[in-house]
Amino acid sequence: MTATVTEPRADTSAAKGTSRGTGGARRRLPRIPDRVRRGGLPYLLLLPAVLLELLIHIIPMIIGIVMSFRQLTQFFINNWGAAPWTGLDNYRIAVDFDAPIGEALLHSFFVTCVFTFFSVGFAWLLGTTAAILLQESFRGRGILRAVFLVPYALPVYAAVITWAFMFQRDNGLINHVLHEQLGIIDEPSFWLIGDNSIYTLIIVSVWKGWPFAFLMLMAGLQNIPRELYEAASIDGAGIWQQIRRITLPSLRPVNQVLVLVLFLWTFNDFNTPYVLFGRSAPENADLISIHIYQSSFVTWNFGTGSAMSVLLLLFLLLVTAVYLILTSRGRKGADV
Amino acid sequence: MRHVRAASAVTLALAIAAAATGCGGGSTGTGSNESPKTLTYWASNQGPSIEADKEILTPELKKFEKETGIKVKLEVVPWADLLNRILAATASGQGPDVLNIGNTWSASLQATGALLPWDEKNFEEIGGRDRFVDSAVASAGKEGEPPAAVPLYSLAYALYYNKKMFADAGIEKPPATWDELVAAGQKISKGGKWGLGAEGGNVSNNIHQTFVLGQQHGADFFDKDGRATFTSDGAVAAVKQYIDFMAKDKIIAPGNAEYAQNQSLTDFAKGKTAMVLWQAAASTFAAQGMKPEDWGAAPVPVPSGTPGTGKQVNSMAAGINIAVFKNTKNIDGAKKFVKFMTGDEQQKHLNKTYGSIPPVKAAQADAAFGAPDLKVLRDTLATSAAPLPQVPNESQFETAVGTAVKELWADAAAGRPVTEESVRARLEKAQQTMQQ
Amino acid sequence: MAAPQSFLWTRRIVLTLLACFVLLPVYVMVSSSLKPLQDVSGKFQWIPSTLTVQPYFDIWKTVPLAKYFVNSLIVASSATVLSVTIAVFSAYAVSRYRFRGKRVFTVTVLSTQMFPGILFLLPLFLIFVNIGSSTGVALYGSRGGLILTYLTFSLPFSIWMLIGYFDSIPRDLDEAALVDGCGPVGALFRVVVPAAVPGIVAVSVYSFMTAWGEVLFASVMTNDATRTLSVGLQGYATQNDVYWNQVMAASLVVSIPIVVGFLLLQRYLVAGLTAGAVK
Repeated sequence: MTATVTEPRADTSAAKGTSRGTGGARRRLPRIPDRVRRGGLPYLLLLPAVLLELLIHIIPMIIGIVMSFRQLTQFFINNWGAAPWTGLDNYRIAVDFDAPIGEALLHSFFVTCVFTFFSVGFAWLLGTTAAILLQESFRGRGILRAVFLVPYALPVYAAVITWAFMFQRDNGLINHVLHEQLGIIDEPSFWLIGDNSIYTLIIVSVWKGWPFAFLMLMAGLQNIPRELYEAASIDGAGIWQQIRRITLPSLRPVNQVLVLVLFLWTFNDFNTPYVLFGRSAPENADLISIHIYQSSFVTWNFGTGSAMSVLLLLFLLLVTAVYLILTSRGRKGADV
Repeated sequence: MRHVRAASAVTLALAIAAAATGCGGGSTGTGSNESPKTLTYWASNQGPSIEADKEILTPELKKFEKETGIKVKLEVVPWADLLNRILAATASGQGPDVLNIGNTWSASLQATGALLPWDEKNFEEIGGRDRFVDSAVASAGKEGEPPAAVPLYSLAYALYYNKKMFADAGIEKPPATWDELVAAGQKISKGGKWGLGAEGGNVSNNIHQTFVLGQQHGADFFDKDGRATFTSDGAVAAVKQYIDFMAKDKIIAPGNAEYAQNQSLTDFAKGKTAMVLWQAAASTFAAQGMKPEDWGAAPVPVPSGTPGTGKQVNSMAAGINIAVFKNTKNIDGAKKFVKFMTGDEQQKHLNKTYGSIPPVKAAQADAAFGAPDLKVLRDTLATSAAPLPQVPNESQFETAVGTAVKELWADAAAGRPVTEESVRARLEKAQQTMQQ
Repeated sequence: MAAPQSFLWTRRIVLTLLACFVLLPVYVMVSSSLKPLQDVSGKFQWIPSTLTVQPYFDIWKTVPLAKYFVNSLIVASSATVLSVTIAVFSAYAVSRYRFRGKRVFTVTVLSTQMFPGILFLLPLFLIFVNIGSSTGVALYGSRGGLILTYLTFSLPFSIWMLIGYFDSIPRDLDEAALVDGCGPVGALFRVVVPAAVPGIVAVSVYSFMTAWGEVLFASVMTNDATRTLSVGLQGYATQNDVYWNQVMAASLVVSIPIVVGFLLLQRYLVAGLTAGAVK
């Protein structure tokens, strides 16, 4: 997005005006003190969420961690109280990067990082662009809004299998267009095996993931007070400057959560690679979720699989902590 | 902080409670007769669709109910879910009474100890072990131990060929040796037509094919103690021979490297490829619009001599077994049900319907299984089919080696050289990922 | 305000490209669903040479599609309603109250988003089975178990998102309601919730879609009677045959109600704050 600055003077004043405006809106909150209650009302309000999280997430996760310290192979799943404790053995296997299992895990980890970076980046970019472009009312806006949510409405299995269908080498639409109709590539390429498979994965993942970013940002845009734009407009700011000075900064709180959550999901995404490549992905697109699935369900070794999951969990915790510290500091900085 | 501590205490307590109430409480009991009037049966999806399966099986279950008074609750479980459902059932002890399993899972499930072992006594109750074809029983569990299941439907590989394409290329009879197959394939492979089809992206199919070639090269993939021997000369030669159909002999189209949704059958039905190695493909050809008189079936080729003679392995013993969960609450009923399903009449009827071969000798004799293509399958099963390695980590083997072969297909399709070294390197890596 | 030409053209071009990207697979689905099975897996053609609507009749016979659809609808709607309600309460507490353990709660809740599903699939299954055998409440294989699972999947993100939306609603509004004699819950439902409608709608859509599309847990936790669409659709692919045309036809048929729902809902996505709750 390159803004064409037509009136530099108006631009600076608009910038000042708006930053004061948004800053004001944000500063207003802490002035009124939080209601502090002796009573248990907030706890009561949280109770259902806490109970469910315990039941569905926390306790199973603790059991999962326990599993990672045991030798839980097919010999013991029928009675896994009897599975021998192995201490850190499962972890040692997973992080022994000189041996094939650890090496493959590390490789898979790097592939997942690259995949997540591009997938989240593009999904966020497309979501933001579409949300901003659809902010103003115009003919056809309602239809486009619904159209953009279509990837979200199609069942994952069907959508991904359709993409796999399109990416076939001999009969697929992609090669038909690229090779036969446009002649961009000299020979039909493989998209589902070999080196290109990572691109395929990213394209499908972005297609599937961006409507969510779009939806959340669209809702986030509704919270920006009209007056900010009106004030900026009176100050002579063009639409591009308004986007840069008002819209994008105002989306910060939504973005903070959105990007993080997109990152976490994409990193753990299982359905897309599984439907696209089956139970063994090409080396170049061997995402960690598939890898762990293989190491637990397919090879019936839930101990090692759990150990890998726990390592993944630790990594994601670390990234999230760093991310939250960085972004909150940024936010505080903006508030001062 | 008080609340944090309280919360973690609650968490801990709940976790301990969960563990204490016996998570993983797949009971190790030996079954009882607490509820003798009902059975739950998980059937695998054998017919053209889940609904079709229900229509096929329901009248049979009614018949069983009439005979014994036991009501069978049927669930047809799609293949995509079946193994995960079985694993979950095994881990929790909450599963069906009777279930179908893919016969390659037999040894792995046997190792869990969750399935009823079919020792002599149990076999007697369903008419004796001798009623079944040897290769089928051999694919129901580890050698020397009572099988974990009973064969239900059997299948074997055959070479399907397009009669017209053979005639056009001047080939008079289906190839009996691999050299003949390559020669025939090369005659056909021109002008957008290809000799042979393969499912390069399908891990299991890769295993089935390379296993048979491995047997022909004297490779077993596992030694007597169940240790992996993927890099034996025979194994390397087998894998290389299979990939060379594309890389060197050029009788498989490069596009086949990514096939994983039975596209090779579609190509065959459309007359794009002249041969395909498959188990009972007749109904698929029909669904794709191919007439029965357009194709023929022959035994899978062997290195030399005639297929199907002597001990020349040319197929894996494929099929479905029926098993009983040990902790069933209706052990007698479950056995009765297995007896019913493996009875001569049921075997004839069900295998006929599903296009498979009965593993029960008496039922095999039925004229319906004497049709030319089924006869090939039947004879192969009887004389030259071998079960996949019956080792507990069979699925690890399938994944590791099957993926290695898949990667080799990708190499061949991309024009990268496939050499003995590159094959050995892939198999070496596969072998090292085998934990044990 | 008059937008400059540069903006209008950017908008036209970008939105057109995006729509093409989004609709390309949809077009493939539509055209494939109208082909006979032999043609589907053949060479790609933009315009099918033979058209048939037969797949749209066959889909109901191959797989109990209607039953799966109803199951999915029940599971996803119940999970959505419960999840959003619970999230509204939690977000309100976090946004408007200061209490001990607040930080722990929000961070813990967020961290549950990091668990790889594979890690707790089997443990969760075991817990459900154990609850079932000790209390008689059948969670495994029931829609209830699936509803509980899915509502918890969407809960963390919903809570975080709603905290954000609630925070941006000026506190004077609900303070005023409290002064007027509404209880805290009254203030929540009369003031905060109406002002946060776009956020709540967005979160609802999200919760619904999370439950609608989930495959892994549904494949293990459902049985014949409770199987959901996302898993059930795989029934069109059997060992030897993949009914491509039917998969596509079925997916389109079941997606239409959802897309129509989006069309109806999107009105609420733009209402809310701009409608005048905030001066």
